[in-house]
Amino acid sequence: MNYRTPEEIEIEARELFSKYISRVDELKNKERIAIPLQEMPTQAPEVRIHNLQEVALGYTPEEAQLEAMRCIQCPTQPCVEDCPVHIDVPRFIDRIAHGKFQEAVDVIKENSLLPAICGRVCPQEVQCQSRCSVGKIFKTVDKAVSIGRLERFVADWERERGEIGVPEVKPDTGKKVAIVGGGPAGLVVAADVRREGHSVTIFEAFHKLGGVMRYGIPEFRLPNEIVDKEIETLEKMGVEIRTNFVVGKTRTLDELMNEDGYDAVFIGTGAGLPLFMGIEGENLVGVVSANEYLTRANLMRAFEQDHAVTPIYRSKVVAVLGGGNVAMDASRMAMRLGAEKVYVVYRRTRKEMPARVEEVEHAMEEGIEFLFLSNAKRILGDEKGRVRAMECLRYELGEPDESGRRRPIPIEGSEFILDVDTVIVAIGNGSNPLISQTTKGIETNKWGNIITDENQKTSMDRVYAGGDIVLGAATVILAMGEGRTAAAAINKMLAEEIEKEKQQLEEARKN
Amino acid sequence: MSKIIKKEQLSENVFLMILDSPLIAKERKAGQFIILQIDPEYGERIPLTIADADAEAGTITIIFQVVGLTTDMLSRLNEGDDIPILVGPLGKPTHIEKFGTVVCVGGGIGVAPLHPIAQALKAAGNKVITIIGARTKELVILEDEMRKISDELIVCTDDGTYGRKALVTEPLKEVCERKEKPDMVIAIGPPIMMKFCSETTRPYGIFTQVSLNTIMVDGTGMCGGCRVNVGNEVKFVCVDGPEFDGHLVDFDNMMMRLNAFVDIEKEKYKCYLDQIAEAKLKSQKAEVEQ
Ligand SMILES: Cc1cc2nc3c(=O)[nH]c(=O)nc-3n(C[C@H](O)[C@H](O)[C@H](O)COP(=O)(O)OP(=O)(O)OC[C@H]3O[C@@H](n4cnc5c(N)ncnc54)[C@H](O)[C@@H]3O)c2cc1C
Ligand code: FES
Repeated sequence: MNYRTPEEIEIEARELFSKYISRVDELKNKERIAIPLQEMPTQAPEVRIHNLQEVALGYTPEEAQLEAMRCIQCPTQPCVEDCPVHIDVPRFIDRIAHGKFQEAVDVIKENSLLPAICGRVCPQEVQCQSRCSVGKIFKTVDKAVSIGRLERFVADWERERGEIGVPEVKPDTGKKVAIVGGGPAGLVVAADVRREGHSVTIFEAFHKLGGVMRYGIPEFRLPNEIVDKEIETLEKMGVEIRTNFVVGKTRTLDELMNEDGYDAVFIGTGAGLPLFMGIEGENLVGVVSANEYLTRANLMRAFEQDHAVTPIYRSKVVAVLGGGNVAMDASRMAMRLGAEKVYVVYRRTRKEMPARVEEVEHAMEEGIEFLFLSNAKRILGDEKGRVRAMECLRYELGEPDESGRRRPIPIEGSEFILDVDTVIVAIGNGSNPLISQTTKGIETNKWGNIITDENQKTSMDRVYAGGDIVLGAATVILAMGEGRTAAAAINKMLAEEIEKEKQQLEEARKN
Repeated sequence: MSKIIKKEQLSENVFLMILDSPLIAKERKAGQFIILQIDPEYGERIPLTIADADAEAGTITIIFQVVGLTTDMLSRLNEGDDIPILVGPLGKPTHIEKFGTVVCVGGGIGVAPLHPIAQALKAAGNKVITIIGARTKELVILEDEMRKISDELIVCTDDGTYGRKALVTEPLKEVCERKEKPDMVIAIGPPIMMKFCSETTRPYGIFTQVSLNTIMVDGTGMCGGCRVNVGNEVKFVCVDGPEFDGHLVDFDNMMMRLNAFVDIEKEKYKCYLDQIAEAKLKSQKAEVEQ
């Protein structure tokens, strides 16, 4: 697709807007689907590869309303079913079409606490947009109603007007809940549990909250300001935040419960633990995990190389291994840090890439070269132990594996050399073992993920878990969804307990 | 946040600080470390071993040598100042039991983390032979403290200005050759020293434990920046270590990785020192003008 400037997109939208808005309630389905899909305005590729500012700029109100008018309000509502937290999508879109943006946000917030974030990072094309009836008419998900962009639009609209209310908090119950990890899962539990009047403390290993949204996903995709806002709301609700606190090390889970008097614990410690491939040369200088690379650039602010003390590689030619969001973020960050050439090396094809479609498109626009059906065989170093090249193998796709994706098979004798000075490994994460190592009685599966029941309860009494530590590396929305389930269960447990205590007190009084 | 309760200069560029940190003081065990960061926005995170702790007073002791920008900044902080970010205790504690005779070898600043380990080993009923080495007399630290908990103490300096003129590997070899062969060696110090201690003990088949201080970012197993080759495996120093079997550690690779950012670090350090010099000059000028 050719790059169109935000102005071009806006002018066209304005014209169409005035044509349709007066008949917003009378539009026939045929007319609705004739409205062109509203493209997301973005920074120009040649500009954005030199800055860290957000790539996608967001809709104007006219663009949003036009896009909302594309929804035919079909009765089957596959979007609601396919949304992991079942947002009433048609209803909020209808509100946008009518310019009732606040009402639209309120609809979303019935089910989701972090719309500005989810609108930006959810893989909509495999969730709410995947079976959209409008997309079905065009026989391509690319033409589905842009639900994510609309969600983002109203969330931003509310935030920019500074009108985000602080949720009401019920009177103190005297119950204490500890939340381990300040990622999306933990943040959501904190909000939901605090609302019921329980006192809540978030324990976070790093000096800032946000989890992967802070140290992993870069500013150009999810501005820190948005995450800050969510945390500010939690603070206003009276949630206590203890950073630089590693549960399992600074204090064990048992100590929190038995000595510090927490009545319930939620574990949302995330995936952590980067995987490597176990190939020759993997410990050479210049080979980094995407986690390390992105943490340096984001959390430690090494992107601002003149200010930050934390160093980061000054790479010229970079190879990123992997095909997910993490690989996209790392490769695009490398570009922004001044690399002349960035390759993404992926074993399968574009179709199988787990990354969000929009991120892949943006990466391509930014000049990142994709080597599909290729994988690293070994990394070669110079006499100082620094990366000088990577030997790769070409692959072909065989039969589908358990995950349903076609299994990549190496082609013998197809080796080729890529001259690179940095290799960023983004092939996935294992689970962080800190809690399970230091907590007797918490059950994990063979990958180290904490096992929970349908209410997110672990094998331990009063201990719940959710997000990546349970699911393996998953998504923000799934982490959030599990957080909500866990919070509901914690609230129910505590409410029952309070009720029981009341009865006991009453009985004691009677006697 | 953690307040500096006490600061002491042990030698030209070695400092001791006692920090207020009740939780870490209570929880920490010999062999563990902390991570600190001075500027909460733009600072870097550096690991430092906990040299000592007082659970009752709620304090921990760190001993560090000025080797770069962050340690330099740290050395300029004073009693009463706060360190904004302090996390710990991290890493696995040293495994302490009665092994028999244990040789504790400390090189330079490495004597600081060695002290609590030697102390614990002594308390567990081991015979402790301590060898401490430094480049020159000024850099010998904690000699008295080590003497108190050792059955035998050997001090050496590279230049012979104090104790024996030797590298620590020389007395270490002699001790290994004694009739009463040591049961274990613990070596802590610069990587090159730990490497040669391990080489020294290898022919005698004496288990040699080393404590690695690699580059770290999070210190919780999330980034893999601290990884080292140990035997045929890749280990993360912050969660699997910091202590490993010295006979299995690939020291050459570790030393290369320690130098990964050396040019950038030097550049940033120089820039910082220039800024300080400039500020000094300015304030001197202002004084003169007044
Ligand atoms: C680079 C990158 C890009 C991504 N892009 C997307 C995307 O576009 N869309 C999407 O939906 N998902 C994306 N993901 C995945 C998504 O970010 C995660 O699924 C989600 O953040 C998981 O949330 P969580 O709350 O379970 O854990 P995390 O976000 O990992 O948060 C866990 C928190 O717990 C803290 N912690 C860990 N151990 C302890 C301890 N012992 N004590 C105290 N604190 C502890 C950690 O420091 C961290 O802050 C991406 C992930 C990465 C790495
Ligand atoms: S310091 Fe990041 S994994 Fe060890």
